[in-house]
Amino acid sequence: MSLFSQILQFLLTGITIGTIYGMVALGFNIIYNATGIINFAQGEFVMLGGMFMVWFTTVLKIPMIAAFALSVIMVTLIGALFERLAIYPLKRPSVLILIMITLAGSIIMKGSAMLFWGKETYTLPHFSGEEPFYLFGATILPQTLWILGIMFVVVIILAGFFNFTMLGKAMRACAVNPTAASLVGISVKKMVLLSFALSAALGATAGIIITPVALMEYDRGAILALKGFAAAVLGGLGNGVGAVVAGLLIGILESLGAGLISSGYKDAIALLVLLLVLFVKPSGIFGVSEASKLKEF
Amino acid sequence: MKKIFLLFAALAVLTALSPVSFAAEPYVVGAVFAITGPASWLGEPERNTVTMVAEEINAQGGINGHPLQIIVEDTVGEETRTVLAVNKLINKDNVLAIVGPTRSGTTMAVIPIVEKAQVSLISCASAEEIVRPVRKWVFKTAQNDSHGVLKIYDKLKEMNITRVAVISSTDGYGMEGRKQLKRFAQEYGITIVADETYGPKDTDMTAQLTKIKGTDAQALVNWSIVPGQTTVIKNRRQLGMSIPLFQSPGFGNIKYARAAGDAADGLMFPALRLLMVEALPADHPQKALLATYKKDYESRFKSDVSTFGGHAYDAIHLVIAALRAVGPDRAKIRDYIENSKNFVGTGGVFNYSADNHVGLNKDALELYTVKGGAFALVK
Repeated sequence: MSLFSQILQFLLTGITIGTIYGMVALGFNIIYNATGIINFAQGEFVMLGGMFMVWFTTVLKIPMIAAFALSVIMVTLIGALFERLAIYPLKRPSVLILIMITLAGSIIMKGSAMLFWGKETYTLPHFSGEEPFYLFGATILPQTLWILGIMFVVVIILAGFFNFTMLGKAMRACAVNPTAASLVGISVKKMVLLSFALSAALGATAGIIITPVALMEYDRGAILALKGFAAAVLGGLGNGVGAVVAGLLIGILESLGAGLISSGYKDAIALLVLLLVLFVKPSGIFGVSEASKLKEF
Repeated sequence: MKKIFLLFAALAVLTALSPVSFAAEPYVVGAVFAITGPASWLGEPERNTVTMVAEEINAQGGINGHPLQIIVEDTVGEETRTVLAVNKLINKDNVLAIVGPTRSGTTMAVIPIVEKAQVSLISCASAEEIVRPVRKWVFKTAQNDSHGVLKIYDKLKEMNITRVAVISSTDGYGMEGRKQLKRFAQEYGITIVADETYGPKDTDMTAQLTKIKGTDAQALVNWSIVPGQTTVIKNRRQLGMSIPLFQSPGFGNIKYARAAGDAADGLMFPALRLLMVEALPADHPQKALLATYKKDYESRFKSDVSTFGGHAYDAIHLVIAALRAVGPDRAKIRDYIENSKNFVGTGGVFNYSADNHVGLNKDALELYTVKGGAFALVK
């Protein structure tokens, strides 16, 4: 295998993993924009998406496409329910309390998943076969194309939603200034509910499309959340484009680091870059420093 | 509240004593397993096994008329919890011997305690450091990681392969295997041309495998016990790698073979005989015992039997044999275990001695392969 095709392979691998990190980071951002908090249960939405998909297709024998939709709906409902039960009833929420609640939520979701599905690791058939394509000596799985394609569609839909619909604009308004938003008649609490539902749906989608290549088990959420969080911070918290680009960047750095330097330092390389960027530009690559000063963190 | 508690206490006592009631003092043995936490899939079958064995023994009238009482403590797989649990078992419960812990790290943590208190510890973990150098009061029933390595290297030698790529997970199991693979390489004339690792929860290993593909390795050894190892198997096929693949004994779970699908076809791995009881010849010394354990465990707990539960089975039966022969004396129990010869267990036929506290060698393992989603013996 020539060095060129090796590097191409590392890049392709990095892009695949990076796409997932980017999607998790987007989920973080949606909730961050609406509430100003980091939702530590974001990784659990990914895990639940994958687990529901496996359960629907293999146990209940529901066809792929219907199961996809059902899984996303289930996780969206769980996300909304979580907001209604744990976030909504709070009288005077502080950021710290909210974050603790999401942490508790993630532990509960993980525990329930373990009780319901057990500790086993599950797999899904690839959406369209496992025969790889060849590109200048590097290989691509059809599933990789699915992952990239679905990510692309999701990003387009999200961009359209936030820029061209009333609801999306209202959500952005809440992100900019919740008090002013409520003065013009936007129900901030509804927007918070919507943000949880939306990021749960996003997480579930990510979980469903990676399970065929990466397998899924009840405690997979935490590590995905960690990498996704790193991407969200690197891209500048709250910045959609930043999340996707930073996710891809972390994925590619990880893969190149593992391939060209040492796989033992793979995670360190990505996190080191994150630290360096934060030293130089604390608001992230795409973040605006004036805006980040206004946030609580 | 108090009443309910009393009721529960009474119930617990009643169930503990039924169905046979004993006049004699119970023999108390401690058990420390990672019943919850990240290693719970090891610790749970171990706990299940010792409870099942105790029930069987007590239903048969106990040990020389004494009921066997096992006090089980959960370590959560953590060192501090294990230390607390072992201290409690020794000082408060005054146990005669301890079976467990589940993991190598937790075992290492409690070795100074049992050595000082002079209580036998029969660990279910695999790391060689537990019994090398030999500690007076510490034994183990799981095979050494090096036994698996030697089994693989024997096969490589037979295939005339000298250049090997190693990929391992960055947890304790993977790191220990990697160390043993390097340790014996020279002895077998093997050069390790690539040494890659992956995190236990990593989702893609194509980068590492691409690097390995760029070397002149003639075989790949993948050492891990976590589900992530199946991703290596799948990625390897995705990259069109055709060199033979060897897995560690940690692959010995049919779920892994199913998760890897047909990408697992033809790979080879060493494992204990419990994996394929039906493949053993009828006159094999372990056959009857393995078949009984498998049947009892699977009908009782409705889940697949595992070698980890098997390690606990061997450990508790060693203690029972000792108690039966020498009675409730900590020092005599230790001496009895150290002198156990031809003790047939689930892991193999154990032969302990003053300088061997693991009792097994590489012949306890067989080499298996995967054919159409099922395990088969390598002829």
